[in-house]
This record gives sequence, C-alpha cells and structure tokens, in this order.
Amino acid sequence: MENCSHPVHPDIESDMWEKIDQVIEKWKGIPGSLITVLRESQSVVGYLPGTLLKYVSKELNLPISQVFGVATFYSFFSLKPKGRHTIRICTGTACYVKGSKELMLSAYNKYGIEEGDTTEHRRFSLECVRCLGACGLAPVMIVDKDIHGDMTSQKVVDVLEECR
Amino acid sequence: MNETRIQLMLCGGEGCSAAGSEKVKTALSDEIKKHGLENDIEIIIEECNGFCAIGPVMTVQPEGVFYQEITPEDAAELIEEHLINGHPVERLLYKEPASEDGIPELDNIPFFKPQVFRVMRNKGLIDPEIIDEYIARDGYFGAAKALTEMTPEQIVDEMLESGLRGRGGAGFPTGLKWKFAMGAKSDEKYVLCNADEGDPGAFMDRTVLESDPHAVLEGMIIAAKAINSHKGYIYCRSEYPLAIKRLTIAINQANDYGLLGKDILGSGFDFDIEIYQGAGAFVCGEETALMRSIEGKRGMPRPRPPFPANQGLWEKPTILNNVETLANVAQIILKGGAWYASIGTNTSKGTKVFALSGDITNIGLVEVPMGTSLRTIVYDIGGGIPNKRKFKAVQLGGPSGGCVPEAYLDTPVDYEEIAKVGAIMGSGGAIVMDDRTCMVDMARYFMDFIQDESCGKCTPCREGTKRILTILENICEGKGKPGDIEELEEITHVVGQSALCGLGQTASNPVLATLRYFRDEYEAHIYRKECPARTCIALLKFEVDPEKCKKCGACFKGCPAEAITWKKKEVAFIDRNKCIKCMSCYANCRFGAIM
Repeated sequence: MENCSHPVHPDIESDMWEKIDQVIEKWKGIPGSLITVLRESQSVVGYLPGTLLKYVSKELNLPISQVFGVATFYSFFSLKPKGRHTIRICTGTACYVKGSKELMLSAYNKYGIEEGDTTEHRRFSLECVRCLGACGLAPVMIVDKDIHGDMTSQKVVDVLEECR
Repeated sequence: MNETRIQLMLCGGEGCSAAGSEKVKTALSDEIKKHGLENDIEIIIEECNGFCAIGPVMTVQPEGVFYQEITPEDAAELIEEHLINGHPVERLLYKEPASEDGIPELDNIPFFKPQVFRVMRNKGLIDPEIIDEYIARDGYFGAAKALTEMTPEQIVDEMLESGLRGRGGAGFPTGLKWKFAMGAKSDEKYVLCNADEGDPGAFMDRTVLESDPHAVLEGMIIAAKAINSHKGYIYCRSEYPLAIKRLTIAINQANDYGLLGKDILGSGFDFDIEIYQGAGAFVCGEETALMRSIEGKRGMPRPRPPFPANQGLWEKPTILNNVETLANVAQIILKGGAWYASIGTNTSKGTKVFALSGDITNIGLVEVPMGTSLRTIVYDIGGGIPNKRKFKAVQLGGPSGGCVPEAYLDTPVDYEEIAKVGAIMGSGGAIVMDDRTCMVDMARYFMDFIQDESCGKCTPCREGTKRILTILENICEGKGKPGDIEELEEITHVVGQSALCGLGQTASNPVLATLRYFRDEYEAHIYRKECPARTCIALLKFEVDPEKCKKCGACFKGCPAEAITWKKKEVAFIDRNKCIKCMSCYANCRFGAIM
C-alpha cells in the first residue's frame, strides 16, 4: 500500500503503518476480530492514537463509535502515550494486604506520579494491575516484563532509579 | 522420554524462580556432570509445586523425598550424600514446625497431607509442553472413551452422577448445563472455556493452564461431544502470557496427534479449539459479557433468559465452563461419576483448589476434598499466621465474596455452608488477613475494584457502587457520620436486588460481610475517629506511644522527612508539622508503638 494513503501522525512511522496494514489484512472480514486488531496495532505503535482508531474503523468498515467504544472499554488499551518503561504495581488482594498501597505512595513521594501518569520526558508510566496471580511474591511490582517480588517502599525507589 | 533412574523435579514456578531455582539447576547439573551421572539422573523443571513459601523446592523421584530452600551451594552435598551415598540431606528437609524434625516424604508433610490431587494430579509430574507425558498419565483416554464408546446422553448422565458443579464460583451443576445445551436445536453450537481469571488473589486457573493444559482441552472435547459442538474457544486473560503459550503448544500438538481437528481418533467427530485473548475487563468473567467480548464488542452482560445454553455466542447454543471444572471432566468420564462423587459433602462433590495467600505462612495452591474445614486449610496446610500475629479473617470469593472470621473457621468447604456464613465458594481465592488489616479499608478496596470494573450498563451497579464507595472513602478519611452504616445497608440491599448481572448483584458482598462481623470497626471509624488496625492514614495520630517504644530508632532512621527526633535510650518524637504521613515509621516500627 502507498504511504500517501496513510494519515499523518508524529508517533506512527511509515514502517509502522505497513505492519498495521498487515494486521488489518490478516483479520479483515473475520467476525469478532476488532479486539485482536486493536491489540496488535497497539503493540506496533505503543498506544492507540485517535488517528489510528479512525483508520482501523475505516479499513474494517466498522462505525468509529464501536471502535472507540471497544478501545476505551478494555483496560489493556491506552489512548495516551506511554513511557519508555511501564511500571505496574499489583493491587490484587494479596498484594494489597501486604502493602501495595505503600508502594504507590512511595512512587508518588519520589516522582510525583499516580496511577495512569507518565513522568516527564516519558521515562516511565505507572499503572495498577489487578492481580497477576503471583500472590506468593506479594507485594509485586512489574517493570516492563520483569517481576519484582516482596517489594518495600525503599525497593520501589531502588528499582525505579535503574530505569532510564 | 529418557529412561533415567532418578529424576530431580525442581520447581520452576513463579515463586521458586524468583527464589533462584535456575541457579540451583545449573549447580546441580554441574555436579551431575562432575560425577559422570548424566545417564542416571535427570533434572526436570516442574510447574509450580504449590508450596511457594519455602522455595526453591525439589522432589527426588521415584522416592518422593522433598527438599526446601535449596541454594546452589547445596548442590554438591545433595548429589554426593543423597544420590550417591543414599542418605537424604537432613538439614534441607521440610521441618515439622512443632518438633523441628525433618520429614523426608512429600506425602507426609502437613502442607500436602490433607490434600487430594485430582485437578492438580499431573502438576509437577509431567512436562506440560510434551503431549506424550500427558498421554502416559492416562491423558486423552477419557476423550477416546467419550468419542468412541459413549452417546451424548451417557456423557451427560455421567456428569450428572458425578455431582460436579461449576468451579468458577456460582456452583451450577455442570451436567445440567450440558443437558440444556444438548437439547437445544441448532446447526452450530459452541464450547467455551472461561480462563479469564480476574478475581484478585486467585491463581488456580493459571496454574492448571500452565501445568496441565491438555486436561482442559480434553475436557472441552468431551463437552463438545456431549452437546454436538465443533468449535471451541478458550477465553484467556492477556495477563497470562505463559498460559497462552502453553495452550498454543498443546493445541498444536493435539492437532498433530489427531486429537483435535477432523475425524478425531477415527470417530467421525470434528472439533477445533481457538484461543481468544481478553483485553483486561473483570466483567468479562460473566458469561454473557464474555461472549460479547469474543464477538469483538464491549464486554457488557445482557439479561437472561435467554440463557446461553439456547442463545449464547453469535446467538447460538453455547456452554461456558471454567478451567478447573473442565480439568475434572476427563477423569469423571474415565473413572465414572460415582468415583468422583465418592468424596465430598451431600451437595458438593470432589475437590476444590484454593489459592492461599496473604498473611499466611505457606502461600501456595492447595487442593482439598470438599468438606475440609477452613481451619484445616488455614492452620494445617497454611501453617497459620506468620510473625506471631493473630488471625482476623479469610476472604473467599474475591470481590463477589465475603470474609470469614475466626468464629466460623470450622465451616466446611461446601457451596451452601460457605454461603451461610456470608461468603461464597468463589473461584478459589483465599486471602488470609491478620490483625493489622482494617476491614473498612478492605471493603473500600473491593468497592473501588468493583466500581472501576462496573461496565456501566445498568444504573444500580454503576451509580450504586459509586455511592457505596464514596461513603466508605469518607469513613476511611475520618469524615464518617452517624447514619452512614444504615445508608450502606440500604444501598447494598438495593444494588444486590436490582443489578443486571452477577457482578453487580454480588458487588455488595464484601461490605455486607464486613458489616456483619466487624461492625465495631465501622463504628470506631465513624464515632471515635479511630482505625483499630492502624491502616487508615487520616485516622492516625502519628504519635509515639512511650509505653511501647523500645527506643530503637528504627522510625528515626527510616523517616524521609526528618520529622522524627531520637537519641539513644530515649523515646522518639514525631514533629507533626514536618511529617508527610508517608507511613514509613509504621512500617519500620516492629513494636506497634506509633499511634
């Protein structure tokens, strides 16, 4: 597909558009594939800008209201840019009982970010996650894909300082 | 498979990996090489053993000797003493807490003794990525029997006789669900597996999927035969990447072996399974919402009837079963419903898996026969509460459930009995709380969760949970006022009666249960502006109790705001003008001296 047919967006480069087109090509016409298309598109761009949602809507021939509705319904999707690192603090019951509230407080005290925030210069984003099933290690914090168990307020700062 | 004499089953579950089992593996294999025993001893990384608290753990098979907390430095001694000289290494055995005596055999350890493994029968014994190992443990024999020897009616009868009830929490008889779908007339039907384990504190299904994925596939094949379906979906959380990977491998292998796909085992029956990844919505655990989600829409529930057995996915007859339920099916078909029903209580048969976590010594997965008391689970299997703290309550059933206090710990695991004390069986999350947990804050926590996850379709749930949450937040922030408790009671009642789906109808349970057993804590927050468990920051004084202070200075050293003054042999003092209420002094004080 020609690049000129793609909308312009600062965070989506031409090779990303190519990958998105491949995703759409693969799933187009298969009933129920919208969530999968959004998931795979998000993994290409990192988040789902409005421009991309409009494009998916047009290409899959679905109303934009439905695409936007699905993208905002599921917590997996983000319409806002994310930091280079994603920090997720588990707020499942076991982690909560073992003090994940204090971990959040520690991140707030040090970096001034709360759930859903991204630090300046997109260094990292802080998210809450509802139970990862790693309750044996509670309280748990996940940096990108690494699980850190038995966290304390101090360990949160130690780990986050490593993220550049 | 290798035919080695001895197998070292080293746990590679989440807990043991974090405790360093990979390094232990390297050290052990170095030692094995050093002694030239590669042909005699094999190291197998097993799935979560369940006993996460004392990892890394390892079982020596076929003897069944169980070791705990192994370090790489122990490798040489283990290989030389136990495997060459034949003397188990005493200091690494599990210790009986009371007598400190080492217990060599796995089956005699209190953590394992009351347990009966049916759902988790293959856990740690097979490599989940190799189908032959599952088949070697009678895998797919149940499916073969169902496909070649049984009629759909016979399968359903066997399921009804077994008394198996839905393990997702609601406890609807599985056989009955299948019977309805079997009777529904349609050209297409679907079998769905609910692997959207969203209850915080529950990780049973994840472990089953990761350690024994074929058991779930086999259960689905049998279900498909019973209702005459040719297409199945597994709806799995995207938070479980390993489970998805293992399932994908399992489906591919089953296809290669002719156990899925066209003309399975020459029976003329076709069945395919596809994995559908969730995108993070708790409400999708509700059956009608899950089906909307597979259709690519917002996962919102719809009123029932029509029930999914008649109109489910794409408006076609559909059955939805939970992972643990499906993992039981093959054994029921193979050994008979009567065998399955031989353990349990009058109304609840078989076993139930619990994910034991929170303030408890032995965190991990446990499988107990129905009828086992909660006390056995908490104290015998769980090993009680660590750090000499007092047991306060065990929370069952996650955000739809309730907490069970000390007085009702003798309640047996049974759908009806647990409901009587104000909790639910739930999917199996069991979170133990000690006396430092504030029950009002706990209710607030669950309501925050539910409010966040409410899909917004029906007004009672959307607005009611919001209002309940506001009242609970006020109480926790010291702004509670007389009448709050009564208002909570009224709203919870209305939401429970009028919400559209199971999520909304049960949303009030955590509030109702805490009000029932811990009303005094609510009253302390509202009337005396005190948090007895010292959890709610707004109600804390940030003062040092001179009677309890041991003058150790731990609070002083940990204070980031320099708000604490302390000298050796003197009681610490907190300057409340400088204090930022970060709670570090509470966390650091081991004597509970900060008020």
